[in-house]
Amino acid sequence: MGTMTDTAFKRGVAEFRRQGVPVAAMLLLVLLAWYGGTWALNAPGAIERVLPPDGAWTWQDLLAATMDMQRPVLPAPHQVALDFWSSLVDWPLDSPRNLMYHVAVTAESTLWGFVMGTILGLVLSVCIVHSRTLDRALLPWIVASQTVPVLAIAPIVLVILGSLGFSGVAPKAVIAMYLCFFPVTVAMVQGLRSPQVIETEMMHTYAASRWQALWLLRLPSALPFLFPALRVGIAAGLVGAMVAELPTGAVAGLGARLLTGSYYGNTIQIWSALVMSALLGLALTSVVALVERAMLRHRHQP
Amino acid sequence: MKPSTRMTTGLVLGALVAGTLLMQTAAATGEAPPTAWFWLAAIMLAGLAVQSIRRMAALDGARLYGLLTAALFGVWVVYFWQLLVVAFEVPRVLLPPPSLIAQSIGTHWPTLWGDFVQTVLKAVLIGWTLGSGLGFAVAVAIDRLPFLQRGLLPLASLTSTIPLVAVAPIAVMWFGFDWQSKAAVVVLMTFFPMLTSTLAGLKASGKLERELMYSYAASYSRTLLALRLPAALPFMFGALKVNATLALIGAIVAEFFGSPTAGLGFRISTEASRMHMPLVWAAIVVAAVTGSVAYAVLVQIERRAAFWHPSVRGR
Repeated sequence: MGTMTDTAFKRGVAEFRRQGVPVAAMLLLVLLAWYGGTWALNAPGAIERVLPPDGAWTWQDLLAATMDMQRPVLPAPHQVALDFWSSLVDWPLDSPRNLMYHVAVTAESTLWGFVMGTILGLVLSVCIVHSRTLDRALLPWIVASQTVPVLAIAPIVLVILGSLGFSGVAPKAVIAMYLCFFPVTVAMVQGLRSPQVIETEMMHTYAASRWQALWLLRLPSALPFLFPALRVGIAAGLVGAMVAELPTGAVAGLGARLLTGSYYGNTIQIWSALVMSALLGLALTSVVALVERAMLRHRHQP
Repeated sequence: MKPSTRMTTGLVLGALVAGTLLMQTAAATGEAPPTAWFWLAAIMLAGLAVQSIRRMAALDGARLYGLLTAALFGVWVVYFWQLLVVAFEVPRVLLPPPSLIAQSIGTHWPTLWGDFVQTVLKAVLIGWTLGSGLGFAVAVAIDRLPFLQRGLLPLASLTSTIPLVAVAPIAVMWFGFDWQSKAAVVVLMTFFPMLTSTLAGLKASGKLERELMYSYAASYSRTLLALRLPAALPFMFGALKVNATLALIGAIVAEFFGSPTAGLGFRISTEASRMHMPLVWAAIVVAAVTGSVAYAVLVQIERRAAFWHPSVRGR
């Protein structure tokens, strides 16, 4: 037992050396480049506005000034981190100044859209696999829609749902829904068709009904196709939900936060909203990846 | 029942003729309120249309039949969109009929062409070329540096989960309202897919082929040019195709965050807020056609460039 945990530990260390060290080095490099960029981009503004105009300043003054501007061209990482942290700690959760409030708004519409889009995609893909007419008439259009910027119709969806009297979460969730729907449908049709002929023939010899073949053979073999599509879908849905927050009435959500930040030229606010939306994207996709790992744990890797 | 080609053709043509006739009635052109006869005819036509699509889908054989079925389905969807929107007098804000959208494309063509030039020819084309080119160049440059690859690859693949288009406000602040800021967003969005795909493609050549090159005493650059880059072509074209769609989305959405008074995204968002929906739909048609054409062009180039690859040969 002891030797087993020992080897596992050693393997972990080796894995960290192989993967962790290069990634950490890369992140450090990014951080250094960010600081360098902060200095280079803010220097002209600092010389013009912050430092004494008679030229009586040293380069240390310049460095300090570029790292601590009110409205920097590029805020320093620690400025963003401080703003990020203070927005989380200094304000109650239901205050629009707290970033978690905006995360909750955006995540709510993303998740509703994700769930609805996934269900719709699953149902439609099952129909397509069982109907030759749908397969030949509808599927080419759904596949072709992958080459089209479908996000562009988001403003139309907002106008239509707005004039029908829907407001709040519903229009944003609908946009996230149709963005999730397309990749899920395409991948599920592919996945439901992935069983080999010999397997479908075996189901046939067992006199399995269509439902049994679907439930016992097709759906399980479609799962490895489904999860990558879900990861793509939830990321697309997040973009959709953020874009849906942009038009008039943008009061809550990460997209609205970005837009108000750019109205008022508040760069630090934009950057912390940007960091937060990146974290939200990572969190959503890693939840999907965790579910994937839990559900496909007992499969052999081909 | 084995459907015959001749019967199916007759059914399809008959349905189309009946549809053309129904389109001429006063109710379909919006001149008179629809009568009970009109509804009866419309329902029968719908049945005929469904039947003709089903027959067509049941045909075996040529690949062309599949395409024709999809095209026929598209035609009937547009037809009933037109017919029902006019007959029910659906407000234009909700859904304009296709004829009005086509008319809008016609009358606003100079505006839409200006938007196309602004968004596609400037922001998308330049951003896509720069972003994909940079991704490719960086991938080849770090091909010999496994340390950098191991550090960069996990981070690069994480970027696909991040809403990168949200950098648009910052890009506007740095590069101004014009196309440069949109191209910057597009560069950022297209860089990482190309980087990861090219790196994966450079590893795709077979061990046997690499050993053969080694036995020829081929240099690194010779192996790269003669074996590994050609083997990476399908991966790179995959990324180029994904990037074409991503670039269009990036440029259009970046224009939602602020733009000069031209551009497809600008047109869509401002005309939508002015409730001028036919023009919004027209701009979307332009964007959709652009996306499909770009994809089709890339597929054709891929066929020429990677004609030997199994994934292309099979098609």
